[in-house]
Amino acid sequence: MPLLRVDQNGLWCEPGGFHIDPWNPVPKALITHGHSDHARRGAGAFLCAAPSEPVLRSRLGADIALETLTYGERRVIGETTVSFHPAGHVLGSAQIRVEHRGEIWVVSGDYKLAPDATCAPFESVRCHTFVTESTFGLPIYRWPPEAEVAASIHEWWRMNQRRGKASLVFAYPLGKSQRVLAGLDPAVGPIFCHGAIERMNRIYRASGVTLPETLYSGSVARGYDWSKAIVLAPPSAHGSPWMKRFGAVSTGFVSGWMRIRGTRRRRSIDRGFVISDHADWPGLQQAIAATGAGCVLVTHGYRGPLVRWLEEQGKQARALETRFEGERDEGTATSPGEDVAEATEEDAAE
Amino acid sequence: MKLFAKLYAALDETTKTNEKIEALVEYFTAAAPEDAVWAINFLIGRRIRRLIPSRDLVGWAIAEAAIPEWMFGDCYSAVGDLAETIALLLPPPISSTDKPLHYWVEERLLPLRDWSDEQRRESLVFAWLEMDERQRFVWNKIITGEFRVGVSQNLVVRALAEFSGVPAEVLAHRLMGDWQPTPEFHRQLIARETEDADISRPYPFFLAYPLEGEPAQLGEPAEWIAEWKWDGIRSQMIRRKWRTFIWSRGEELVTERFPELEALGGLLPEGTVIDGEILPWKNGVPLPFAQMQRRIGRKTLGPKILAEVPVVVLAYDLLEWGGEDVREWPIERRRQTLAGLVDSLRSHGHIVLSEPVAFTTWEQLAEIRTESRERRVEGFMLKRRGSPYRVGRRRGDWWKWKIQPYSVDCVLMYAQPGNGRRASVLTDYTFGVWDSGELTPFAKAYSGLTDEEIDQVDSWIRRNTIERFGPVRRVKPELVFELAFEGIQESSRHRSGIAVRFPRMARWRHDKKAEDADSIETVRALLAR
Repeated sequence: MPLLRVDQNGLWCEPGGFHIDPWNPVPKALITHGHSDHARRGAGAFLCAAPSEPVLRSRLGADIALETLTYGERRVIGETTVSFHPAGHVLGSAQIRVEHRGEIWVVSGDYKLAPDATCAPFESVRCHTFVTESTFGLPIYRWPPEAEVAASIHEWWRMNQRRGKASLVFAYPLGKSQRVLAGLDPAVGPIFCHGAIERMNRIYRASGVTLPETLYSGSVARGYDWSKAIVLAPPSAHGSPWMKRFGAVSTGFVSGWMRIRGTRRRRSIDRGFVISDHADWPGLQQAIAATGAGCVLVTHGYRGPLVRWLEEQGKQARALETRFEGERDEGTATSPGEDVAEATEEDAAE
Repeated sequence: MKLFAKLYAALDETTKTNEKIEALVEYFTAAAPEDAVWAINFLIGRRIRRLIPSRDLVGWAIAEAAIPEWMFGDCYSAVGDLAETIALLLPPPISSTDKPLHYWVEERLLPLRDWSDEQRRESLVFAWLEMDERQRFVWNKIITGEFRVGVSQNLVVRALAEFSGVPAEVLAHRLMGDWQPTPEFHRQLIARETEDADISRPYPFFLAYPLEGEPAQLGEPAEWIAEWKWDGIRSQMIRRKWRTFIWSRGEELVTERFPELEALGGLLPEGTVIDGEILPWKNGVPLPFAQMQRRIGRKTLGPKILAEVPVVVLAYDLLEWGGEDVREWPIERRRQTLAGLVDSLRSHGHIVLSEPVAFTTWEQLAEIRTESRERRVEGFMLKRRGSPYRVGRRRGDWWKWKIQPYSVDCVLMYAQPGNGRRASVLTDYTFGVWDSGELTPFAKAYSGLTDEEIDQVDSWIRRNTIERFGPVRRVKPELVFELAFEGIQESSRHRSGIAVRFPRMARWRHDKKAEDADSIETVRALLAR
């Protein structure tokens, strides 16, 4: 019997009596991070890494039964010992280490190795079995240096200013937006955020992350001249009536999928900026190798190719069917989903 | 080539015409003539004959990227574009040089044709290692002959006009014909004086806009000339300096493919250009277009095929007469002169005048239009009396009033990912109709749906795939689409025994179930119509 297996509710640990990132209500849930395909409502009790607490309370409800552990702190649950280790994905994201009678499994959740000023850096954890994501599990996905992308965002922003257009950037409200914000130079022009992003910004700032000054996009009077501004919004706002207020805009989308020209064109976005909170192909290889794991279980994304590749490299690897990300995202966009609901609330509020 | 790669990226990143023109003007201003002329060459869609087979390129890229072959296949499915897949997979460059475009084309690409395979491989791999990702992508596009970037020739011409101050019509004219991408041509292209020498050069075609709705919106019937809209190869026949040139609308010189028309050219007076349609024609009526396709593909035309599928030029306009550009003459005068010319050539047998169709009311014309299928035409062309012959696709003076296409309700059977911007989205569909209780594949189509519908169908397919053969998925027979097409013919090459022309999705029939789709008998009945 493996230490962790997929049941109808999620990744189940029998000796510990808990689920990791369950998709149905269960008595006990350990949560890797706050994106809605990993953190769902309804568990009897939640456990997460300490910096993730404000995110989960904001998304799942202030009054949920939630306990936290600091990174690296160990706790005995059932017959297992668990601990959370930084995954470098978003604020509070963690890999979950589960130890049972000397056997160690690590569930990565989503992760990246690249530096990110807005969350703790990925920490490699030795284990026997490593459960990895594979969102970008093909060698065509290789991220350019973040500074290069940040420079191109600024160049685009300035060009739009010359052309009298607002710069509208679509990015996921939790994690991606803050990472982009942290790289923006407020000297170029005013920085605005959609309400869904502003809400996350407050949590980040309260957690001690430094972000440039931002304004809520609904806070200025009608007739405001947006042509000098950069505005961050959730992808679901693209093409919505919410966009009309800005007048002439140029649109940008920040995502690893923007690495592929066809994906950007299909979304009718003017500019794609390749920044991802997931590991690229070299990142996946590096992370997997560093765990020293003899067995690799691959979830959501390009499971098939990554498993086959690892097997050809002499590793034991297997696909793990989870509901973290369906195939429908293949080649289009990651869908942490929650931004849709939040954008709608936002529209109603304004 | 960084400048050109930057231009490509800029053009690729916007859908707005004025921004594309701005990027082009910026490029033409900064580029050296010997580079700009190659850029123009590629931008307007002229290609270099493919010098390296794709499988060689793929093989070399796989070796450089150090990945297994199957993985290249998976990557290609995700990207949907060969040039891009290779550019993304190659290891980062050793050094990013910035050699000019003409160097890469003239010194590195064109010489490949004389080199051995090993020399080619080495040259290509070294080229990759010297280029950054953007340059590699554009370079791969050039060497695979798939260079497309969403600018029309018209747009390039507008930008060149803005850059050089030469009128757009003059530029369009100079860009036609058989020129070489040399600095000398570049100089002639943007030269202010407009005396041009190239005797083979055709005029830009005047293209009609489709008429949406009823012709009554065009005003008085008396202001319009109606002609049948022929379904052939739009072409210009040129007779200058005792030579004949036949150009297709695709700007291809097709003189040799039509020896009977080349012979006809010899009878034209010096300095004549006729606009018309080349049609397979027998006993005073057109043959089905598929007959024409039998002879288009052939390199050599034997007496058998020439006898079986003779062609005529159906003449409808006169652009040059007595060596003079007569495009500004009113259409009546051009046509009258043309009619006289065609009449004098009647005995030759390979030229026919596209006769105007007489009518006094739009209702009457609509009635006559119902004869279109029987006459093997696509409907009417409506041309405004008194109008000149214009350049490019312009609204106002020429309209095509096409007949309703055929349509059949079909069931979605197979799907596979598209190319380019539709990469990794399932957009290429195979549709079937019922044949003795089973679905039989009938036609393929990939256009006609909105992006939103494509997303819905894509997601449905992913949830309802029964079987996969490589990139192709067999799906649950459930979704019904109305397929529209222009022509229908018996075919021994198709499993259904039927081939259709220009199939596309007219509508997603949410209201129909698979069993409500049409049967092969219904489709066969269309053959008789």
